[in-house]
Amino acid sequence: MAVPEMRAVYADTLIDLARSDERIMVLEADLMRATGTGAFKDIFPTRLINVGVAEANMIGVASGLSASGKIPFIATFGCFASRRVFDQFFISCNYARLNVKLVGTDPGITAGFNGGTHMPFEDLGLMRIIPNLVVCEPSDPVSLAALVRAQAAYYGSTYMRLHRKPVAPLYEAGTTFELGKGKLLAEGNDVLIVALGAVMVPEALKAAEMLKSHGISAGVIDALTLKPLDEELILSQARKVKVVVTAENHQVNNGLGSAVAELLCEQHPMPLRRVGVQGLFGEVGTPDYLQKRFGLDAETIVNVSRTALGR
Amino acid sequence: MEQGIVDNLKAQAREVRKYTIDTIANLGVGHIGGSLSVVEILTLLYYREMRVKAEDPLWRERDKLVLSKGHAGPALYSVLALKGFFPMEWLSTLNRGGTKLPSHCDRNLTPGIDMTTGSLGQGLSAACGLAIANKLDGIDNWTYVIIGDGETNEGQNWEAAMLAPHQKLSRIIAFTDYNKLQLDGTTDQILSLGDIEGKWRTFGWHVDRCDGHHFPSMSCAIARAKAQALREDGKPSMIILDTIKGKGAAFAEGKLTNHNMNIDRQTADIAIAALYEEK
Repeated sequence: MAVPEMRAVYADTLIDLARSDERIMVLEADLMRATGTGAFKDIFPTRLINVGVAEANMIGVASGLSASGKIPFIATFGCFASRRVFDQFFISCNYARLNVKLVGTDPGITAGFNGGTHMPFEDLGLMRIIPNLVVCEPSDPVSLAALVRAQAAYYGSTYMRLHRKPVAPLYEAGTTFELGKGKLLAEGNDVLIVALGAVMVPEALKAAEMLKSHGISAGVIDALTLKPLDEELILSQARKVKVVVTAENHQVNNGLGSAVAELLCEQHPMPLRRVGVQGLFGEVGTPDYLQKRFGLDAETIVNVSRTALGR
Repeated sequence: MEQGIVDNLKAQAREVRKYTIDTIANLGVGHIGGSLSVVEILTLLYYREMRVKAEDPLWRERDKLVLSKGHAGPALYSVLALKGFFPMEWLSTLNRGGTKLPSHCDRNLTPGIDMTTGSLGQGLSAACGLAIANKLDGIDNWTYVIIGDGETNEGQNWEAAMLAPHQKLSRIIAFTDYNKLQLDGTTDQILSLGDIEGKWRTFGWHVDRCDGHHFPSMSCAIARAKAQALREDGKPSMIILDTIKGKGAAFAEGKLTNHNMNIDRQTADIAIAALYEEK
Protein backbone atom coordinates (compact mmCIF):
# COMPACT_ATOMS: atom_id res chain seq x y z
CA MET A 1 0.00 0.00 0.00
CA ALA A 2 1.31 3.44 -0.97
CA VAL A 3 2.35 5.64 1.94
CA PRO A 4 0.38 8.88 1.66
CA GLU A 5 1.77 12.33 2.22
CA MET A 6 0.22 13.72 5.38
CA ARG A 7 -0.33 17.10 3.74
CA ALA A 8 -2.36 15.48 0.99
CA VAL A 9 -4.53 13.85 3.63
CA TYR A 10 -4.91 17.23 5.35
CA ALA A 11 -5.95 18.96 2.12
CA ASP A 12 -8.25 16.13 0.96
CA THR A 13 -9.99 16.08 4.33
CA LEU A 14 -10.57 19.82 4.24
CA ILE A 15 -11.90 19.58 0.67
CA ASP A 16 -14.28 16.86 1.74
CA LEU A 17 -15.44 18.87 4.75
CA ALA A 18 -15.82 22.03 2.67
CA ARG A 19 -18.14 20.33 0.18
CA SER A 20 -20.80 19.91 2.82
CA ASP A 21 -19.98 22.86 5.09
CA GLU A 22 -19.59 26.25 3.49
CA ARG A 23 -18.14 27.68 6.71
CA ILE A 24 -14.85 25.81 6.17
CA MET A 25 -12.08 28.12 4.95
CA VAL A 26 -8.31 27.84 4.54
CA LEU A 27 -5.74 30.54 5.20
CA GLU A 28 -2.12 30.38 4.16
CA ALA A 29 0.83 32.72 4.63
CA ASP A 30 2.73 31.99 1.42
CA LEU A 31 3.27 28.35 2.36
CA MET A 32 0.34 26.91 0.43
CA ARG A 33 2.64 24.77 -1.68
CA ALA A 34 4.30 23.44 1.46
CA THR A 35 1.05 22.71 3.26
CA GLY A 36 -0.40 21.19 0.11
CA THR A 37 -3.68 23.08 0.14
CA GLY A 38 -3.42 24.18 -3.49
CA ALA A 39 -5.96 21.49 -4.32
CA PHE A 40 -8.42 23.21 -1.98
CA LYS A 41 -7.87 26.50 -3.78
CA ASP A 42 -8.50 24.85 -7.14
CA ILE A 43 -11.94 23.74 -5.99
CA PHE A 44 -12.86 26.64 -3.67
CA PRO A 45 -10.90 29.61 -5.02
CA THR A 46 -12.69 32.21 -2.89
CA ARG A 47 -12.43 30.18 0.30
CA LEU A 48 -8.66 30.01 0.43
CA ILE A 49 -7.05 33.32 1.35
CA ASN A 50 -3.31 33.61 0.92
CA VAL A 51 -2.31 36.57 3.06
CA GLY A 52 1.33 36.59 2.02
CA VAL A 53 4.27 36.32 4.38
CA ALA A 54 2.35 37.93 7.24
CA GLU A 55 1.51 35.40 9.92
CA ALA A 56 0.28 37.89 12.51
CA ASN A 57 -2.21 39.27 10.03
CA MET A 58 -3.29 35.74 9.09
CA ILE A 59 -4.23 35.08 12.71
CA GLY A 60 -6.19 38.34 12.90
CA VAL A 61 -8.00 37.72 9.62
CA ALA A 62 -8.95 34.27 10.89
CA SER A 63 -10.37 35.83 14.05
CA GLY A 64 -12.56 38.14 11.99
CA LEU A 65 -13.72 35.26 9.80
CA SER A 66 -14.55 33.23 12.89
CA ALA A 67 -16.45 36.14 14.43
CA SER A 68 -18.60 36.00 11.28
CA GLY A 69 -19.26 32.28 11.67
CA LYS A 70 -16.58 30.83 9.40
CA ILE A 71 -14.34 27.94 10.44
CA PRO A 72 -10.83 28.86 9.30
CA PHE A 73 -8.06 26.24 9.16
CA ILE A 74 -4.86 28.24 9.02
CA ALA A 75 -1.39 26.84 8.59
CA THR A 76 2.21 27.86 8.66
CA PHE A 77 5.45 26.27 9.87
CA GLY A 78 5.07 25.38 13.55
CA CYS A 79 7.84 27.76 14.57
CA PHE A 80 5.90 30.72 13.17
CA ALA A 81 2.51 29.39 14.28
CA SER A 82 3.72 29.41 17.87
CA ARG A 83 6.72 31.62 18.61
CA ARG A 84 6.00 34.34 16.07
CA VAL A 85 2.29 34.93 16.64
CA PHE A 86 1.73 33.80 20.20
CA ASP A 87 0.05 37.02 21.34
CA GLN A 88 -2.13 37.30 18.24
CA PHE A 89 -3.33 33.71 18.65
CA PHE A 90 -3.72 34.15 22.40
CA ILE A 91 -5.74 37.38 22.29
CA SER A 92 -7.53 37.55 18.95
CA CYS A 93 -8.50 33.86 18.88
CA ASN A 94 -8.37 32.28 22.34
CA TYR A 95 -9.09 35.15 24.73
CA ALA A 96 -11.79 36.24 22.24
CA ARG A 97 -13.26 32.68 22.52
CA LEU A 98 -13.25 32.24 18.75
CA ASN A 99 -13.09 29.16 16.59
CA VAL A 100 -9.77 29.16 14.76
CA LYS A 101 -7.94 25.96 13.81
CA LEU A 102 -4.22 26.69 13.79
CA VAL A 103 -1.94 24.12 12.16
CA GLY A 104 1.80 24.10 12.80
CA THR A 105 3.59 22.11 10.11
CA ASP A 106 7.07 20.61 10.22
CA PRO A 107 7.09 19.91 13.96
CA GLY A 108 10.41 19.37 15.71
CA ILE A 109 13.08 17.53 13.73
CA THR A 110 10.84 17.20 10.67
CA ALA A 111 11.93 20.75 9.83
CA GLY A 112 15.09 18.97 8.63
CA PHE A 113 17.23 21.05 6.29
CA ASN A 114 15.44 24.26 7.32
CA GLY A 115 17.31 23.84 10.58
CA GLY A 116 17.29 25.56 13.93
CA THR A 117 15.46 28.72 12.87
CA HIS A 118 12.54 26.62 11.64
CA MET A 119 12.61 23.78 14.17
CA PRO A 120 9.83 24.11 16.75
CA PHE A 121 10.71 22.22 19.92
CA GLU A 122 8.63 24.69 21.98
CA ASP A 123 5.27 25.00 20.22
CA LEU A 124 3.44 22.42 22.32
CA GLY A 125 4.70 24.01 25.53
CA LEU A 126 3.52 27.45 24.44
CA MET A 127 0.15 26.17 23.29
CA ARG A 128 -0.46 23.94 26.27
CA ILE A 129 -0.58 26.92 28.63
CA ILE A 130 -3.41 28.69 26.77
CA PRO A 131 -6.70 28.14 28.63
CA ASN A 132 -9.24 25.90 26.86
CA LEU A 133 -7.09 25.40 23.77
CA VAL A 134 -7.18 21.87 22.36
CA VAL A 135 -3.69 20.70 21.33
CA CYS A 136 -3.19 17.56 19.27
CA GLU A 137 -0.64 15.75 17.12
CA PRO A 138 -1.86 12.93 14.90
CA SER A 139 0.50 10.01 14.38
CA ASP A 140 -0.59 8.74 10.97
CA PRO A 141 -2.86 9.55 8.01
CA VAL A 142 -5.90 7.86 9.53
CA SER A 143 -5.71 9.72 12.83
CA LEU A 144 -4.91 12.95 10.95
CA ALA A 145 -8.07 12.82 8.86
CA ALA A 146 -10.17 11.92 11.87
CA LEU A 147 -8.72 14.66 14.08
CA VAL A 148 -9.19 17.31 11.37
CA ARG A 149 -12.86 16.31 11.20
CA ALA A 150 -13.12 16.33 14.97
CA GLN A 151 -11.66 19.84 15.11
CA ALA A 152 -14.10 21.08 12.48
CA ALA A 153 -17.00 19.68 14.49
CA TYR A 154 -15.79 21.23 17.75
CA TYR A 155 -16.43 24.91 18.56
CA GLY A 156 -13.26 26.42 19.96
CA SER A 157 -9.73 27.15 18.90
CA THR A 158 -7.31 24.29 18.37
CA TYR A 159 -3.64 23.76 17.57
CA MET A 160 -2.53 20.75 15.58
CA ARG A 161 0.97 19.70 14.67
CA LEU A 162 1.22 18.40 11.12
CA HIS A 163 4.14 16.31 9.86
CA ARG A 164 3.47 16.91 6.17
CA LYS A 165 5.69 14.18 4.68
CA PRO A 166 4.67 10.55 3.90
CA VAL A 167 3.80 8.57 7.02
CA ALA A 168 2.79 4.91 7.04
CA PRO A 169 -0.70 4.19 8.43
CA LEU A 170 -0.73 2.84 11.98
CA TYR A 171 -4.48 2.52 12.21
CA GLU A 172 -7.06 0.61 10.19
CA ALA A 173 -9.24 2.76 7.99
CA GLY A 174 -12.45 3.48 9.85
CA THR A 175 -10.87 3.60 13.31
CA THR A 176 -12.64 6.26 15.34
CA PHE A 177 -10.85 9.05 17.18
CA GLU A 178 -11.96 11.77 19.58
CA LEU A 179 -10.26 14.94 20.72
CA GLY A 180 -8.99 14.30 24.23
CA LYS A 181 -8.68 10.54 23.76
CA GLY A 182 -5.50 8.53 23.29
CA LYS A 183 -5.15 5.01 21.88
CA LEU A 184 -3.71 2.00 23.67
CA LEU A 185 -1.49 0.29 21.09
CA ALA A 186 0.08 -2.35 23.35
CA GLU A 187 -0.37 -3.50 26.93
CA GLY A 188 2.61 -4.12 29.16
CA ASN A 189 3.59 -5.04 32.73
CA ASP A 190 7.01 -3.46 33.16
CA VAL A 191 7.11 -0.12 31.36
CA LEU A 192 4.49 2.13 29.78
CA ILE A 193 5.64 4.27 26.86
CA VAL A 194 3.40 7.30 26.27
CA ALA A 195 4.28 8.75 22.87
CA LEU A 196 3.07 11.64 20.75
CA GLY A 197 3.22 12.34 17.04
CA ALA A 198 4.19 10.78 13.75
CA VAL A 199 7.88 10.58 14.63
CA MET A 200 7.76 9.16 18.14
CA VAL A 201 4.76 6.81 18.12
CA PRO A 202 6.36 4.49 15.52
CA GLU A 203 9.61 4.67 17.51
CA ALA A 204 7.74 3.71 20.67
CA LEU A 205 6.25 0.66 18.95
CA LYS A 206 9.70 -0.32 17.69
CA ALA A 207 11.11 0.12 21.19
CA ALA A 208 8.41 -2.11 22.67
CA GLU A 209 9.45 -4.89 20.27
CA MET A 210 13.13 -4.41 21.13
CA LEU A 211 12.36 -4.48 24.85
CA LYS A 212 10.67 -7.87 24.41
CA SER A 213 14.02 -9.38 23.45
CA HIS A 214 15.31 -8.18 26.81
CA GLY A 215 12.38 -9.85 28.56
CA ILE A 216 10.71 -6.53 29.27
CA SER A 217 6.99 -6.13 28.71
CA ALA A 218 6.17 -2.64 27.39
CA GLY A 219 2.82 -0.97 26.94
CA VAL A 220 2.40 1.81 24.37
CA ILE A 221 -0.08 4.68 24.34
CA ASP A 222 -0.46 7.04 21.39
CA ALA A 223 -1.46 10.22 23.25
CA LEU A 224 -2.82 11.97 20.09
CA THR A 225 -4.24 14.88 22.11
CA LEU A 226 -1.81 16.62 24.43
CA LYS A 227 -4.50 18.87 25.86
CA PRO A 228 -6.81 17.79 27.30
CA LEU A 229 -4.66 14.77 28.10
CA ASP A 230 -6.38 11.38 28.27
CA GLU A 231 -5.67 11.05 31.97
CA GLU A 232 -7.95 8.09 32.49
CA LEU A 233 -6.20 5.95 29.88
CA ILE A 234 -2.71 6.91 31.02
CA LEU A 235 -3.46 6.31 34.72
CA SER A 236 -5.16 2.99 34.03
CA GLN A 237 -2.09 1.68 32.22
CA ALA A 238 0.46 3.35 34.50
CA ARG A 239 -0.99 1.41 37.45
CA LYS A 240 0.12 -1.86 35.77
CA VAL A 241 3.81 -0.99 35.33
CA LYS A 242 6.89 0.01 37.30
CA VAL A 243 8.06 2.90 35.09
CA VAL A 244 6.44 5.34 32.68
CA VAL A 245 8.51 6.74 29.78
CA THR A 246 7.27 9.64 27.66
CA ALA A 247 8.48 10.16 24.07
CA GLU A 248 8.00 13.39 22.11
CA ASN A 249 9.53 15.30 19.19
CA HIS A 250 9.74 18.42 21.40
CA GLN A 251 11.49 19.73 24.49
CA VAL A 252 10.82 17.47 27.46
CA ASN A 253 9.92 20.65 29.33
CA ASN A 254 6.33 21.88 29.05
CA GLY A 255 5.25 19.29 26.49
CA LEU A 256 4.09 15.69 26.85
CA GLY A 257 6.74 14.79 29.43
CA SER A 258 5.69 17.64 31.68
CA ALA A 259 1.99 16.90 31.22
CA VAL A 260 2.42 13.25 32.19
CA ALA A 261 4.72 14.21 35.08
CA GLU A 262 2.07 16.57 36.43
CA LEU A 263 -0.58 13.87 36.14
CA LEU A 264 1.47 11.16 37.83
CA CYS A 265 2.83 13.38 40.61
CA GLU A 266 -0.64 14.48 41.57
CA GLN A 267 -2.55 11.24 41.11
CA HIS A 268 -0.22 8.26 41.07
CA PRO A 269 3.37 9.06 42.04
CA MET A 270 5.78 6.61 40.39
CA PRO A 271 9.07 6.60 38.46
CA LEU A 272 8.96 8.59 35.20
CA ARG A 273 11.57 9.19 32.50
CA ARG A 274 11.19 11.67 29.64
CA VAL A 275 12.59 11.06 26.15
CA GLY A 276 12.66 14.20 24.02
CA VAL A 277 14.83 17.22 23.39
CA GLN A 278 16.85 18.01 26.49
CA GLY A 279 17.05 21.79 26.44
CA LEU A 280 18.77 22.17 23.07
CA PHE A 281 18.19 24.39 20.05
CA GLY A 282 17.42 22.79 16.70
CA GLU A 283 19.92 22.37 13.88
CA VAL A 284 20.11 21.16 10.28
CA GLY A 285 20.42 17.54 9.27
CA THR A 286 18.83 14.47 7.75
CA PRO A 287 15.99 12.82 9.69
CA ASP A 288 18.32 10.00 10.77
CA TYR A 289 20.99 12.39 11.94
CA LEU A 290 18.51 14.55 13.85
CA GLN A 291 16.83 11.57 15.50
CA LYS A 292 20.20 10.39 16.81
CA ARG A 293 21.41 13.89 17.63
CA PHE A 294 18.43 14.59 19.87
CA GLY A 295 17.79 11.05 21.10
CA LEU A 296 14.39 10.78 19.43
CA ASP A 297 14.56 7.10 18.53
CA ALA A 298 13.68 3.60 19.67
CA GLU A 299 17.21 2.96 20.96
CA THR A 300 16.98 5.87 23.37
CA ILE A 301 13.57 4.74 24.59
CA VAL A 302 14.96 1.23 25.14
CA ASN A 303 18.04 2.45 26.99
CA VAL A 304 16.09 4.83 29.20
CA SER A 305 13.55 2.12 30.01
CA ARG A 306 16.16 -0.50 30.84
CA THR A 307 18.16 1.89 33.02
CA ALA A 308 15.06 2.93 34.92
CA LEU A 309 14.04 -0.69 35.43
CA GLY A 310 17.58 -1.75 36.32
CA ARG A 311 17.46 -4.45 33.64
CA MET B 1 -25.24 68.44 6.77
CA GLU B 2 -28.24 70.36 8.09
CA GLN B 3 -27.67 72.48 11.18
CA GLY B 4 -30.42 70.65 13.06
CA ILE B 5 -28.64 67.34 12.54
CA VAL B 6 -25.33 68.84 13.60
CA ASP B 7 -26.92 70.28 16.72
CA ASN B 8 -28.41 66.91 17.60
CA LEU B 9 -25.09 65.17 17.12
CA LYS B 10 -23.37 67.77 19.28
CA ALA B 11 -25.93 67.22 22.03
CA GLN B 12 -25.50 63.47 21.78
CA ALA B 13 -21.71 63.78 21.85
CA ARG B 14 -22.00 65.93 24.97
CA GLU B 15 -23.91 63.12 26.67
CA VAL B 16 -21.35 60.56 25.53
CA ARG B 17 -18.55 62.78 26.82
CA LYS B 18 -20.34 63.29 30.13
CA TYR B 19 -20.83 59.59 30.73
CA THR B 20 -17.28 58.79 29.61
CA ILE B 21 -15.85 61.19 32.20
CA ASP B 22 -18.36 60.03 34.80
CA THR B 23 -17.66 56.34 34.17
CA ILE B 24 -13.91 56.74 34.59
CA ALA B 25 -14.31 59.06 37.59
CA ASN B 26 -16.50 56.49 39.32
CA LEU B 27 -13.52 54.17 39.32
CA GLY B 28 -11.04 56.99 39.91
CA VAL B 29 -8.62 56.09 37.14
CA GLY B 30 -8.72 55.25 33.45
CA HIS B 31 -7.83 55.92 29.83
CA ILE B 32 -9.49 59.31 29.66
CA GLY B 33 -7.36 60.91 26.93
CA GLY B 34 -7.87 58.41 24.14
CA SER B 35 -11.51 57.90 25.11
CA LEU B 36 -12.40 61.55 24.78
CA SER B 37 -10.63 62.00 21.46
CA VAL B 38 -12.94 59.45 19.78
CA VAL B 39 -16.25 60.71 21.21
CA GLU B 40 -17.32 62.52 18.05
CA ILE B 41 -16.48 59.72 15.60
CA LEU B 42 -18.26 57.16 17.80
CA THR B 43 -21.27 59.44 18.09
CA LEU B 44 -21.42 59.99 14.34
CA LEU B 45 -21.06 56.27 13.60
CA TYR B 46 -23.67 55.01 16.05
CA TYR B 47 -26.19 57.86 15.75
CA ARG B 48 -25.97 58.42 12.01
CA GLU B 49 -23.93 55.95 9.97
CA MET B 50 -24.15 52.42 11.30
CA ARG B 51 -26.97 49.94 10.80
CA VAL B 52 -27.20 48.25 14.19
CA LYS B 53 -30.00 46.98 16.38
CA ALA B 54 -29.61 47.46 20.12
CA GLU B 55 -32.21 44.76 20.73
CA ASP B 56 -30.34 42.33 18.47
CA PRO B 57 -26.63 43.09 18.88
CA LEU B 58 -25.58 39.98 16.91
CA TRP B 59 -27.81 40.74 13.90
CA ARG B 60 -25.82 39.20 11.04
CA GLU B 61 -26.39 42.05 8.61
CA ARG B 62 -25.34 44.84 10.95
CA ASP B 63 -22.48 47.19 10.30
CA LYS B 64 -19.56 46.41 12.59
CA LEU B 65 -17.01 48.44 14.45
CA VAL B 66 -13.63 47.19 15.55
CA LEU B 67 -12.30 49.59 18.16
CA SER B 68 -8.73 48.47 17.67
CA LYS B 69 -7.52 50.97 20.26
CA GLY B 70 -9.42 48.89 22.78
CA HIS B 71 -8.44 51.07 25.72
CA ALA B 72 -11.00 53.65 24.53
CA GLY B 73 -13.68 51.21 25.69
CA PRO B 74 -15.25 53.67 28.18
CA ALA B 75 -16.29 56.03 25.34
CA LEU B 76 -17.80 53.20 23.33
CA TYR B 77 -19.57 51.82 26.39
CA SER B 78 -21.18 55.23 26.94
CA VAL B 79 -22.46 55.25 23.35
CA LEU B 80 -23.75 51.69 23.57
CA ALA B 81 -25.50 52.33 26.88
CA LEU B 82 -27.13 55.50 25.55
CA LYS B 83 -28.22 53.55 22.46
CA GLY B 84 -29.85 50.94 24.67
CA PHE B 85 -27.52 47.97 24.15
CA PHE B 86 -27.39 47.51 27.93
CA PRO B 87 -28.63 49.36 31.03
CA MET B 88 -27.04 52.71 31.88
CA GLU B 89 -26.34 51.38 35.38
CA TRP B 90 -23.67 49.11 33.94
CA LEU B 91 -21.45 52.15 33.32
CA SER B 92 -20.71 52.49 37.02
CA THR B 93 -19.29 48.94 37.05
CA LEU B 94 -16.32 49.73 34.76
CA ASN B 95 -13.34 47.58 35.75
CA ARG B 96 -14.98 46.35 38.96
CA GLY B 97 -14.53 42.63 39.60
CA GLY B 98 -17.07 40.64 37.57
CA THR B 99 -18.02 43.62 35.35
CA LYS B 100 -19.24 43.31 31.79
CA LEU B 101 -17.32 46.49 30.96
CA PRO B 102 -13.56 45.85 31.15
CA SER B 103 -11.14 48.63 30.29
CA HIS B 104 -10.40 46.97 26.94
CA CYS B 105 -13.24 45.87 24.63
CA ASP B 106 -14.41 42.25 24.96
CA ARG B 107 -16.87 40.78 22.47
CA ASN B 108 -17.92 38.06 24.89
CA LEU B 109 -18.80 40.35 27.78
CA THR B 110 -20.44 43.43 26.32
CA PRO B 111 -23.48 43.53 24.02
CA GLY B 112 -22.61 45.59 20.94
CA ILE B 113 -18.86 44.98 21.02
CA ASP B 114 -17.94 43.34 17.73
CA MET B 115 -14.33 42.35 18.44
CA THR B 116 -12.11 41.75 21.42
CA THR B 117 -9.24 44.23 21.34
CA GLY B 118 -6.64 45.63 23.66
CA SER B 119 -3.41 44.13 22.41
CA LEU B 120 -2.62 46.96 20.01
CA GLY B 121 -2.27 46.40 16.30
CA GLN B 122 -4.64 43.46 15.89
CA GLY B 123 -7.95 45.14 15.03
CA LEU B 124 -7.35 45.97 11.39
CA SER B 125 -6.54 42.32 10.67
CA ALA B 126 -9.77 41.23 12.33
CA ALA B 127 -11.65 43.83 10.30
CA CYS B 128 -10.21 42.28 7.14
CA GLY B 129 -11.59 38.93 8.24
CA LEU B 130 -15.02 40.43 8.95
CA ALA B 131 -15.05 42.11 5.55
CA ILE B 132 -13.94 38.96 3.70
CA ALA B 133 -16.72 36.98 5.40
CA ASN B 134 -19.27 39.61 4.36
CA LYS B 135 -18.10 39.44 0.75
CA LEU B 136 -18.35 35.64 0.73
CA ASP B 137 -21.81 35.76 2.30
CA GLY B 138 -23.02 38.48 -0.05
CA ILE B 139 -23.76 40.92 2.77
CA ASP B 140 -23.22 44.52 1.71
CA ASN B 141 -22.56 46.07 5.10
CA TRP B 142 -19.68 48.23 6.28
CA THR B 143 -16.84 47.33 8.56
CA TYR B 144 -15.52 50.31 10.52
CA VAL B 145 -12.21 50.32 12.38
CA ILE B 146 -10.64 52.90 14.66
CA ILE B 147 -6.92 52.67 15.28
CA GLY B 148 -4.80 54.93 17.41
CA ASP B 149 -1.90 57.00 16.19
CA GLY B 150 0.47 55.38 18.66
CA GLU B 151 -1.03 52.04 17.72
CA THR B 152 0.01 52.73 14.15
CA ASN B 153 3.56 51.88 15.31
CA GLU B 154 2.56 48.22 15.42
CA GLY B 155 3.77 46.39 12.31
CA GLN B 156 0.73 44.15 12.04
CA ASN B 157 -1.28 47.17 10.87
CA TRP B 158 0.88 47.35 7.80
CA GLU B 159 0.43 43.66 7.04
CA ALA B 160 -3.32 44.28 7.07
CA ALA B 161 -2.81 47.52 5.13
CA MET B 162 -1.31 45.47 2.29
CA LEU B 163 -3.99 42.79 2.41
CA ALA B 164 -7.14 44.95 2.36
CA PRO B 165 -6.59 46.58 -1.06
CA HIS B 166 -5.25 43.31 -2.47
CA GLN B 167 -8.48 41.58 -1.46
CA LYS B 168 -10.50 44.61 -2.63
CA LEU B 169 -12.06 45.12 0.79
CA SER B 170 -13.57 48.47 -0.16
CA ARG B 171 -16.23 48.17 2.51
CA ILE B 172 -13.68 48.72 5.23
CA ILE B 173 -13.70 52.31 6.46
CA ALA B 174 -10.88 52.86 8.91
CA PHE B 175 -10.08 55.90 11.00
CA THR B 176 -6.83 56.95 12.62
CA ASP B 177 -7.43 58.86 15.84
CA TYR B 178 -4.54 61.24 15.22
CA ASN B 179 -4.39 63.08 18.55
CA LYS B 180 -0.58 63.38 18.27
CA LEU B 181 0.08 61.97 21.75
CA GLN B 182 1.09 58.49 22.78
CA LEU B 183 1.94 57.20 26.24
CA ASP B 184 5.54 58.35 26.48
CA GLY B 185 5.33 61.59 24.53
CA THR B 186 4.19 63.17 21.31
CA THR B 187 3.99 60.88 18.32
CA ASP B 188 6.68 63.00 16.67
CA GLN B 189 9.01 62.47 19.63
CA ILE B 190 8.43 58.74 20.04
CA LEU B 191 7.99 57.39 16.53
CA SER B 192 6.80 59.89 13.99
CA LEU B 193 4.04 58.85 11.64
CA GLY B 194 5.62 61.16 9.07
CA ASP B 195 3.50 61.49 5.97
CA ILE B 196 0.73 59.34 7.34
CA GLU B 197 -1.65 60.14 4.49
CA GLY B 198 0.99 59.28 1.94
CA LYS B 199 1.80 56.01 3.69
CA TRP B 200 -1.78 54.74 3.48
CA ARG B 201 -2.19 56.06 -0.06
CA THR B 202 0.94 54.22 -1.13
CA PHE B 203 -0.46 51.05 0.40
CA GLY B 204 -3.44 51.41 -1.94
CA TRP B 205 -6.07 52.99 0.27
CA HIS B 206 -8.51 55.81 -0.38
CA VAL B 207 -7.24 58.44 2.07
CA ASP B 208 -9.01 61.44 3.48
CA ARG B 209 -8.31 63.74 6.38
CA CYS B 210 -10.48 65.98 8.52
CA ASP B 211 -11.15 67.48 11.93
CA GLY B 212 -12.18 64.54 14.12
CA HIS B 213 -14.37 66.71 16.31
CA HIS B 214 -16.30 68.36 13.43
CA PHE B 215 -19.39 66.45 12.38
CA PRO B 216 -19.98 67.93 8.90
CA SER B 217 -16.36 67.31 7.87
CA MET B 218 -16.38 63.72 9.09
CA SER B 219 -19.76 63.07 7.54
CA CYS B 220 -18.53 64.33 4.16
CA ALA B 221 -15.36 62.24 4.42
CA ILE B 222 -17.39 59.11 5.13
CA ALA B 223 -19.74 59.92 2.25
CA ARG B 224 -16.75 60.25 -0.10
CA ALA B 225 -15.31 56.98 1.20
CA LYS B 226 -18.58 55.17 0.59
CA ALA B 227 -19.07 56.68 -2.87
CA GLN B 228 -15.66 55.53 -4.08
CA ALA B 229 -16.08 52.15 -2.39
CA LEU B 230 -19.08 51.37 -4.56
CA ARG B 231 -17.15 51.96 -7.76
CA GLU B 232 -15.64 49.06 -9.67
CA ASP B 233 -12.15 50.12 -8.55
CA GLY B 234 -13.23 50.97 -4.98
CA LYS B 235 -10.57 50.87 -2.27
CA PRO B 236 -10.62 50.43 1.48
CA SER B 237 -10.67 53.84 3.15
CA MET B 238 -8.48 55.42 5.78
CA ILE B 239 -9.76 58.68 7.19
CA ILE B 240 -7.19 60.49 9.30
CA LEU B 241 -8.98 62.30 12.09
CA ASP B 242 -7.14 65.27 13.55
CA THR B 243 -8.19 65.11 17.16
CA ILE B 244 -7.22 66.37 20.60
CA LYS B 245 -6.42 63.82 23.25
CA GLY B 246 -8.60 64.44 26.29
CA LYS B 247 -10.88 66.71 24.24
CA GLY B 248 -13.57 68.53 26.21
CA ALA B 249 -12.22 67.99 29.72
CA ALA B 250 -10.02 70.89 30.79
CA PHE B 251 -8.13 68.82 33.35
CA ALA B 252 -6.98 66.43 30.65
CA GLU B 253 -7.21 68.13 27.28
CA GLY B 254 -3.98 68.02 25.33
CA LYS B 255 -1.94 66.95 28.36
CA LEU B 256 0.75 64.32 27.96
CA THR B 257 -0.24 62.69 31.25
CA ASN B 258 -3.83 62.04 30.14
CA HIS B 259 -3.28 58.59 28.62
CA ASN B 260 -4.26 56.82 31.83
CA MET B 261 -4.80 59.23 34.72
CA ASN B 262 -6.39 59.54 38.14
CA ILE B 263 -9.64 61.50 38.18
CA ASP B 264 -11.36 62.46 41.42
CA ARG B 265 -15.08 63.13 41.67
CA GLN B 266 -14.77 66.89 42.12
CA THR B 267 -12.55 67.27 39.08
CA ALA B 268 -14.97 65.19 37.03
CA ASP B 269 -17.99 67.17 38.22
CA ILE B 270 -16.37 70.46 37.29
CA ALA B 271 -15.51 69.11 33.83
CA ILE B 272 -19.02 67.75 33.30
CA ALA B 273 -20.61 71.04 34.39
CA ALA B 274 -18.38 72.89 31.95
CA LEU B 275 -19.74 70.77 29.07
CA TYR B 276 -23.14 72.34 29.59
CA GLU B 277 -21.87 75.88 29.96
CA GLU B 278 -20.67 75.87 26.36
CA LYS B 279 -23.07 76.87 23.67
